[in-house]
Amino acid sequence: MEYILSFFQQHIELIYIVILSIFLGVEVISRVPSVLHTPLMSGANAIHGVVIIGAIIVMGQAEADNYLALILGFLAVILGTVNVVGGFVVTDRMLEMFKKKK
Amino acid sequence: MGLSVLSIIYLIGSVTFILGLKMLSKPDTARKGNLVAAAGMVLAILGTIFLYKSEGKHLHNYGWIAAGLLIGTVIGVMAAKKVKMTAMPEMVSMFNGMGGACAALISVVEFNHLVHSRFNVGEVLSSAGEQMVQQLQRILQGVADGNGNVTIGMHPDLRGHLLIILLGLIIGAVSFAGSVVAWGKLNGRIKDFAFKGQHIVNLVVMAIVVIGAAVLVLTVNQRVQAAVDAGSVDGLLSFQLLFYLILICALIYGILFVLPIGGADMPVVISLLNSFTGVAAACGGFLYNNPVMLTGGILVGSAGTILTILMCKAMNRSLKNVLIGSFGGGAAAAATSKEQGSYKEISLSDAAVVMAYANKVMIVPGYGLAVAQAQHACHELEKLLEDKGVEVKYAIHPVAGRMPGHMNVLLAEADVPYEKLLEMEDANAEMSTTDAVLVLGANDVVNPAAKNDPASPIYGMPILEVENAKLVIVNKRSMKPGYAGIENELFFQPKTSMLFGDAKQVLQQLVAEIKQV
Repeated sequence: MEYILSFFQQHIELIYIVILSIFLGVEVISRVPSVLHTPLMSGANAIHGVVIIGAIIVMGQAEADNYLALILGFLAVILGTVNVVGGFVVTDRMLEMFKKKK
Repeated sequence: MGLSVLSIIYLIGSVTFILGLKMLSKPDTARKGNLVAAAGMVLAILGTIFLYKSEGKHLHNYGWIAAGLLIGTVIGVMAAKKVKMTAMPEMVSMFNGMGGACAALISVVEFNHLVHSRFNVGEVLSSAGEQMVQQLQRILQGVADGNGNVTIGMHPDLRGHLLIILLGLIIGAVSFAGSVVAWGKLNGRIKDFAFKGQHIVNLVVMAIVVIGAAVLVLTVNQRVQAAVDAGSVDGLLSFQLLFYLILICALIYGILFVLPIGGADMPVVISLLNSFTGVAAACGGFLYNNPVMLTGGILVGSAGTILTILMCKAMNRSLKNVLIGSFGGGAAAAATSKEQGSYKEISLSDAAVVMAYANKVMIVPGYGLAVAQAQHACHELEKLLEDKGVEVKYAIHPVAGRMPGHMNVLLAEADVPYEKLLEMEDANAEMSTTDAVLVLGANDVVNPAAKNDPASPIYGMPILEVENAKLVIVNKRSMKPGYAGIENELFFQPKTSMLFGDAKQVLQQLVAEIKQV
């Protein structure tokens, strides 16, 4: 119990961010017209690719003789990059078509 | 200096994500919003590479990082540029799975770090991250004050750290396995599959994951302490095995969870997995005290959840039902529904005459339109009819196609103006004044069984009430049932005429016929 309390206290800033972000996400999304649902899903998909930053940190901290960390980190960087780059490019392609007609 | 610049970069990154999502929610700023978020992402990635420091040390292995980024970029751009508009949902699902896999891999590496680093005191400080250092400092202060529990206090408490690692692992793995199955199902490589007692198997697998994780978290301090006292990692073998068992079970759960879910529910599943990956990314944010990962991940997590709920509402399915995977239960009921008499066909020229002399035509596009890439031909038909003084509207069901908004994207590609696209309620209100409805490769979204037949698996889903129009022309490739795998009594109603053929060819022939009318 004591540990849980101290854990919360230690991470209280992060917990604030989490809770405020939840409300923010709900507010921002609930006003999207259904026309834009697919691009929105795709755009959100690209944004969670921010996990790539974790992969870069893992990779960048791996010791030169820790092959497991090197290989898994390398894979993680590739996968994360595909998520980010592919996600944004696909979203842009979708939205390009919306733009064209005006 | 570097670290404070990095904090500002992360702040900017978080703001661009919020702005980007906000701009994505309006048609005229959407594209810019996507670019804003992308720019923020690039900034955050570059900042991390060059400015990130842990315990005063910069990152290393730049060659590996650069190579990984390069390979990932090439694959990502190629995949995203090459994919056809119809295959978009699969692509999003696949990208989503990769994000989930990335999060799970990070957890695996961090777990090994956590276990091994305890055997080298010097490494404890540098490896376990800032939180651990802060914790250690606090404990040391406690010792100095004389109120600390010295023997336990000398070792940092690993429970919180491990819990976050496990959350990232489990959610990431479920998301990865689920997304791959969803991808396979959407492109037809994987068939619906359910076996007896699957719910129980699901629950058992889930229970192993949850109990295993609880055991790991609750015993980690003692186990690691015992191993350190014994001076060997060997004592931790079973501990590590349990970790990998959890990983495997999470993957199995992801597969089992998506496998039995019918195609009609796939959009909901992809959206849900999307928000899962967001949460997994946020776990990484906790792990590294990284605010940009946290905001990005949680934003997507909550946004994805809302989107999922909106979709469930559109289909009148409870999220609980989708999650338990009960769609398979309807298959038996559907199989027993008998052939419902005969249907009649209409010739191309008759269909052309009907439409050319109608006052108002409503087009109901579905997946068949997407598969045939018939959106341009469809727009051509619409223009031609408008020139003849016919009012043409499109009735868009929220889950027509394979993703919400799928039809909107396709029709926008063919330059169909926004005003012509009616949402379901508006379209249904106009049905009774419509002379002819042209259903293009849509099936389940116009199936009256959703209203009339409580035994039908799609019972309760709001549909486009095309039978209220004076005449219905249905274009399909064959009499085969739609994605939900059930018969459609609409096709056998006296008002309905069938026009078989590939949507694109049929539309082109219709255009040619109407020109002669």
